[in-house]
Amino acid sequence: MSGPPTTLGLTGDEWQSIALTAELAGLTTLILLALAAPLAWWLTRTGSRWSSAVSALVSLPLVLPPTVIGFYLLLALGPQGAVGGTLERLGLYHLAFSFTGILIGSIIYSLPFAVQPLREAFAAIDPRVLDAAATLRASAWDRFFSVVLPLSRGGVLTAVVITFAHTIGEFGVIAMLGGNIAGETRVVSIAIYDHTQALEYDAAHRLSAVLLCFSFVTLLAFYAINRRVMSPIKPQ
Amino acid sequence: MIEGHLRLQRGCFLLDSGPFAFAAEGVTALFGRSGCGKSTLLRAIAGLDAATTGQLRFRGEVWQDGRRALPAARRDIGFVFQDAALFPHLSVRRNLLYAIKRAPGADKKDLDRLAERVGITSHLDQDVTTLSGGQRQRVAIARALLMRPRVLLMDEPLAALDWRAKAELLPLIDGLTLESGIAVLYITHAPQEVERLAARVMFMEAGRVQQIESLRDALARPDSPLFAEEGPVSVLHGHLGPGPGPGLATFDCGESRFTLLQPDGAMRSATRLRVLARDVALATTQPVGLSMLNQLPVRITAMHPHDDGRITVMCALPGGQMLLASITRYSQQALQLAPDQPVWALVKSVALMD
Repeated sequence: MSGPPTTLGLTGDEWQSIALTAELAGLTTLILLALAAPLAWWLTRTGSRWSSAVSALVSLPLVLPPTVIGFYLLLALGPQGAVGGTLERLGLYHLAFSFTGILIGSIIYSLPFAVQPLREAFAAIDPRVLDAAATLRASAWDRFFSVVLPLSRGGVLTAVVITFAHTIGEFGVIAMLGGNIAGETRVVSIAIYDHTQALEYDAAHRLSAVLLCFSFVTLLAFYAINRRVMSPIKPQ
Repeated sequence: MIEGHLRLQRGCFLLDSGPFAFAAEGVTALFGRSGCGKSTLLRAIAGLDAATTGQLRFRGEVWQDGRRALPAARRDIGFVFQDAALFPHLSVRRNLLYAIKRAPGADKKDLDRLAERVGITSHLDQDVTTLSGGQRQRVAIARALLMRPRVLLMDEPLAALDWRAKAELLPLIDGLTLESGIAVLYITHAPQEVERLAARVMFMEAGRVQQIESLRDALARPDSPLFAEEGPVSVLHGHLGPGPGPGLATFDCGESRFTLLQPDGAMRSATRLRVLARDVALATTQPVGLSMLNQLPVRITAMHPHDDGRITVMCALPGGQMLLASITRYSQQALQLAPDQPVWALVKSVALMD
């Protein structure tokens, strides 16, 4: 049984799971942006014969049940797995049932949601504009930050919002991989499941309402901003 | 000198330029039909395609040696694309500042001076997506020149523009290249642009450089590829002056003086006069009672018959410049025209306008 409602009608435990969820989604989004941007760029520009295979691999989480991803990750990151076992031998802890474990799971699970909008935005950039930047002495990094990113800001915003929202809505991978450890892996979706199993419908109600409101407000803000971002810039 | 031999496969098109070398000064026109590889060669010279192989040296500096290439960002080039390729997320001013921030030794004062020179001062704070085609190309030219390049590469900068914008931009490009002294490599498939701008012509066909020669030599060949559209053309060098009557101007070249319609604004500084051979008639004696204002004594130097019954008659003006006349074989036989013969060349003034 959770304690009596405290701050804003939610208990300390509930706040803890909300904070954990936000931390997980925030870190997932940051790391994914750094990973997905170069990956999406490579997929957009490459003529490599590996690009189809990589595209398929990136899109797998879209079609697989989260339990499948969670299952394989559990095997890999657990004490007997390739990753977890190696860590154990190095005197560290394996990653199953840990925050780092569910972070890795979230990153893999949300990868297509970060890559796809960036890829579309990058593909829409006229390559001659990048050539022009090169002839204006802009290095590859300079071109990426001064031309590619500003021209794909709609795609970046989409990637951030969808990744963040998708991670918040994640359940299956975490349930398989993280179990239900307060302050470590008990995110809101897990807590709701837990409360429902224990017939604590009041608590399940409160957390579900928080998720529902948050998701709606996030998407509302996203569509409002996106309309402005996508319209042509006015001269300053 | 710009010399090299470049290879580049783009899709199913193969550029294999063959060896080429030309002086890195004045305007060199890269001329050929659409799809002959002009743009591919220009991109290879700029270093914009990583797959380029071969050799390229610019004034002795190695820009390409086998697969090793100096990146485009480190060659002293300016590049003007056919569609301007401005940054759509930046204003006109910020497009120009993008160049200034990255140009070695650039001065912010250059921005205002060049904007004024190319005529975009009143558009500096405008969104580039609201500019007309001609205005976009002006911005692109200013942006490229702000880099203070040692060679300016222009890829059909006028091809996408309407005739009025073309007529305004051609003298601007002509003037800017003269003032700046920057070597220019200028792609076009329009003979008029070659004749108006170029000091020399590089002819390309099927991915290969066929020939590099001075404009004068290119125009002296009766089968010159420059004559494909409007037939043979003479380009006379001289300067404009006031005309004998209202709406008229004169063009002096050596000892000869042409009378023509007063050109409008931008063309007033023209130093070249294009005369189509088909607009030139020949007479064995000076005619009287004729509306044609231009009646010039010339001497026939050569005659080139064509399969279709035309003859291109090469005539030397008193100053030595060449004027070409296109007449029928029938006229040539009726007048018994022959080399070394003095004749009168007749040209209508209204024909002397581009």
